[in-house]
Amino acid sequence: MITVRSLSKFYGKKSVVEDVTVNIQRGQITSFIGPNGAGKSTLLSMVSRLLDADSGEVLIDQTDVRKMKSNEFSKVVSILKQSNYMNVRLTIRELVSFGRFPYSKGRLTEEDERFVDQAIDYMHLTEMQDSYLDELSGGQKQRAFIAMVIAQDTEYILLDEPLNNLDMKHSVQIMKILRQLVDDLGKTVVIVLHDINFASVYSDRIVALKDGKVVKDGPTREIIQSEALKEIYDMDIPIQEMNNCRICVYFKS
Amino acid sequence: MRNSVKLLLLVLIAIGASMLYLFHDLNGSYDYALPKRVMKVAAMVITGVAIAYSTVVFQTISHNRILTPSIIGLDSLYMLLQTVLIFFLGSGHITVVNKQVNFILTVAIMVVFALLLYQLLFKKGNQPIYFLLLVGIIVGTFFSSISTFLQVLIDPNEFQVVQDRMFASFNNINTDLVWLAIGLIVLLIIYAWRFTTYLDVLSLGRENAINLGVSYDSIVKKMLVLVAVFISISTALVGPLTFLGLIVANLSYQAFKTYKHSVLISGAILISVISLVGGQWVVERVFTFSTTLSVIINFVGGVYFIYLLLKESRSS
Repeated sequence: MITVRSLSKFYGKKSVVEDVTVNIQRGQITSFIGPNGAGKSTLLSMVSRLLDADSGEVLIDQTDVRKMKSNEFSKVVSILKQSNYMNVRLTIRELVSFGRFPYSKGRLTEEDERFVDQAIDYMHLTEMQDSYLDELSGGQKQRAFIAMVIAQDTEYILLDEPLNNLDMKHSVQIMKILRQLVDDLGKTVVIVLHDINFASVYSDRIVALKDGKVVKDGPTREIIQSEALKEIYDMDIPIQEMNNCRICVYFKS
Repeated sequence: MRNSVKLLLLVLIAIGASMLYLFHDLNGSYDYALPKRVMKVAAMVITGVAIAYSTVVFQTISHNRILTPSIIGLDSLYMLLQTVLIFFLGSGHITVVNKQVNFILTVAIMVVFALLLYQLLFKKGNQPIYFLLLVGIIVGTFFSSISTFLQVLIDPNEFQVVQDRMFASFNNINTDLVWLAIGLIVLLIIYAWRFTTYLDVLSLGRENAINLGVSYDSIVKKMLVLVAVFISISTALVGPLTFLGLIVANLSYQAFKTYKHSVLISGAILISVISLVGGQWVVERVFTFSTTLSVIINFVGGVYFIYLLLKESRSS
């Protein structure tokens, strides 16, 4: 379980994340939603130690993150951010092999190669594993990065807007894979999402942030309600139930 | 594999160039000319290693392939030091005449400067590396302005001594210094080599590197200190020559098309040894000392730099 206790982050005097306390359960998909500038990405960055918190603490399975060695941490928690600009030219396989770095420090063992093969297979990239990243479409590239995180084989997988710039088909494909990771392999996925319908259909739990504070935190069914969404987004959002999915029809509200 | 063949080829060319330089036109002068030439080749190899290593590492850390470590102002600090010594103490003073004293003093001051600069910047939390570069540019410009100011005031005869230090030169290399520098460089390379796989991960960017369990800030700091020490040693030994790094690092990227720093750094080192030894041979035999190696390197490097700028602007 990831426990976030009264975490805050300030830029100058402006608070971006303020006194956030959240528990993230194992074996579930937890989505962070909220308007732009609510502090979702900042919160995720602090949990994954990309950013230092100004106050508060993050516990992973009861251990304080600050007391963990970076290498040990990277075997338990992985993070994928939205921008992945690099100035080296890598093939998909080379990138995914980097996922084994915490274990092998660059010298891949047979076991590492097996994990890499599995991760590539899992993301349906086997045929193109030797193509270079800069030759790929946005969706393929995103899948390659997720494959790297899968090869890292961590209990917790944190993703910052993985559906950014992806079309519907690829978004659905990625969300389905994340669902499989949780259901088949027992991973825990924490994801920042902009599209509340993806959050509604695929996640087990939703944490809603607004102005750096948690405004709602609960099972998906309790959050995807017109009143709750009004509080989060300041919009009247009618909800329709179709095929057991609750869909927010926010386009004309 | 192809890359290992390329590396082997470069090793052979480097050995060939050294042989050509050592034995061409020797006229049986094994006692006088040969030991002098061996020392020069040794100095060129040290400089080549230091410049190639520090440039590749610096470019990986700063995620930029058209920067050289001279941007943190070490070259201009070297010029300022030499100018100040000659201006205040005179060209006859022991710190100017005695090469060992000058070398140790220069290396020490340059390393202390780099450490102070980093300390100042890293104490204020984790500043992005671009902040360091910006401060480096400003401090560097400040140093060169003071140097120029002092050089204008200085006695013309003394200025000749200053001018002599402004260009890298492999003539009149001090033998004892070469041994000292070899010792230092070998120790540093042994210490630094363990970080090469970490450098591979650093080239994925800060966030990915942290995700993969690399203590990003501490590694970057260590690497920056190493870069400063390498540059200080090579500059104090032969003079400012960091432009060479830009050429050899980029040639190595183009030749080896890999992310593996063990290959990239080895390649850059070999290319830089070849161009130094080959270039020095051209200076001595073709131009018969009518020009200096650093003039040739700056000319070739300048043309290559413009080519890189044009290429980068087209691709973005």
